[in-house]
Amino acid sequence: MALLARRNLLHDKVRFSVTLTGIVFAILLMVVQFGLFVGFMETTSNNISHSRADLWVVSKGVKYFDIGGWAPFSERKLYQILGTPGVTSAAKYIVQYITWKKEDGGTENIQIVGFDPDSGLGGPWNVIQGNVEDLKSDNAVFVDDLYREKLGITHLGQVGEINGYRARVVGFTEGIRSFTTSPFVFASFKSAQNYIRLGEDRTVYVLVSAREGTDLQQLKRDILARVPDVDVHTTAEFSWMTQRYWIFTTGAGVATLIAAMLGLVVGIVVVAQTIYATTIDHLKEFGTLKAIGASNLHIYRVIIEQAIISAVIGYFIGISISFLIVYLSRRNEAAILLPWPIALALLGLTVVMCVSASVVSIHKATRIDPVLVFKN
Amino acid sequence: METAISVRNLTKTYASGEAAVHAVSGVDLDAHGGQVVMLMGPSGSGKTTLLSIMGCILRATSGSVRIHGREVSGLKERELPRIRLAHLGFIFQGFNLFPALTAGENVEYVGLLKGLHRREARQRAHALFEQVGLADKYNMSPADLSGGQKQRVAIARALAGDPDIILADEPTAALDSHSGHHVMEMLVTLAHKRGRAVVIVTHDNRILEFADRIIKIEDGKILDD
Repeated sequence: MALLARRNLLHDKVRFSVTLTGIVFAILLMVVQFGLFVGFMETTSNNISHSRADLWVVSKGVKYFDIGGWAPFSERKLYQILGTPGVTSAAKYIVQYITWKKEDGGTENIQIVGFDPDSGLGGPWNVIQGNVEDLKSDNAVFVDDLYREKLGITHLGQVGEINGYRARVVGFTEGIRSFTTSPFVFASFKSAQNYIRLGEDRTVYVLVSAREGTDLQQLKRDILARVPDVDVHTTAEFSWMTQRYWIFTTGAGVATLIAAMLGLVVGIVVVAQTIYATTIDHLKEFGTLKAIGASNLHIYRVIIEQAIISAVIGYFIGISISFLIVYLSRRNEAAILLPWPIALALLGLTVVMCVSASVVSIHKATRIDPVLVFKN
Repeated sequence: METAISVRNLTKTYASGEAAVHAVSGVDLDAHGGQVVMLMGPSGSGKTTLLSIMGCILRATSGSVRIHGREVSGLKERELPRIRLAHLGFIFQGFNLFPALTAGENVEYVGLLKGLHRREARQRAHALFEQVGLADKYNMSPADLSGGQKQRVAIARALAGDPDIILADEPTAALDSHSGHHVMEMLVTLAHKRGRAVVIVTHDNRILEFADRIIKIEDGKILDD
């Protein structure tokens, strides 16, 4: 069977190329659309997922990350949290929209992120230049390499201005995107507090690190019992709340989600049509096979093997090009992400799509008008 | 002579009611081993439909088909491939060789369907290629063979399962007279020297001389036997 399946595909190289092109196109479409969606999801919550915190304590009613700056609370709550059994460390954390003034006088909106450099909770990651310790200095900031041009930064040590205060760039990160037009700028909590003129005894969030093995849901309940007027979320919960907010309450999120779903549907249709056409092209041969004594099962196997061979080759070409696109897009503000689990799931999806499409054509192939084989 | 294939009161009707078309209507026919039977008739007379039913690739509306005495018209779809593989060899007007396989592999394939090992299927295919005079064409693509050579490969493929009934649909229609003559000599040899029952549907008056029996069909009925 494998002989006929393989030879059928390779015999008509133009047809096979068209089949592979269809599958590769479908994979690229799905990767780009899903990759943009995954990138969107990741970008909306990357500060949360990279925070190294176990729990986020937020003002009561805060539903997503970016809004926290509008609802600061007293830092006395930090000490109440620290006194909760199971908490090993807790740190204040700020996020707030504010204006960056470039050396040339132009301005850009940014999101200032203030964290505690001693605990490290909520600090920058993917550092490519500079040392996070340097952020302990007053008015020192880290910016992401992607936004150098936007913020008018050409070198380390350069000075900008945030809300009237100096901001000296002491380090660069890589790939910390903001899905809004406002890049994240990292500073120490103290500097950030100063930039946004937050009261001395106020904080926006408290990030909590729990003792290893602690039941986080129980710890949440314990903190809530001690600390009034706050909500407590695990990092995963708060990350999902933020993603959900941006996906379902903004046009951009819904559009990205719909585009991803359309990419999936169009990809499935393209693959189905391609495989169906390939099988139908060989319909008379399947009729001949039947006449010379092949069972329907044998014909199924030939068709399914053709589909699997096409799927696997198409997938490897498609996924290779996809990783190239993902690599080339790493310096774009719109992230296209292709995590390995999704890449592997696409292999399964491609095989399932191809086999399903071939099953539809099998239906046709096994119901061939037998007289077809006698027609010249 | 043993009756290889026998049909009784065979009917094939397409559609129903006023639109019904009786492609085959009340046909009785026996084909014996060692005999070349030719079914002749105008286009649309039901010859190919009759051949398809005899070859178990089309079901009759009613009537009986027996192969070596065994009733096959009521068999389930999944049982028919085994019957075709064991008893029937097909030769088509358009050759119907698999273009992606070599000439030899086309013949080997039937052996593989019968469950032979690759080596055994290849040995048998080589022997058949010797028999049809194409030993040197074994590894060629069907596309590189002449019409006559393709039909001889098709004959080798029809014989690969060692069937006792050969059903041929217009086997010489696409061939020049010389190639057609050669193909017919081979089919006659299969009948007369090897005891196969050969049933041929044809329009080709040039090959009537090879027939042991000529059956004329018109409007789905046998006019003359």
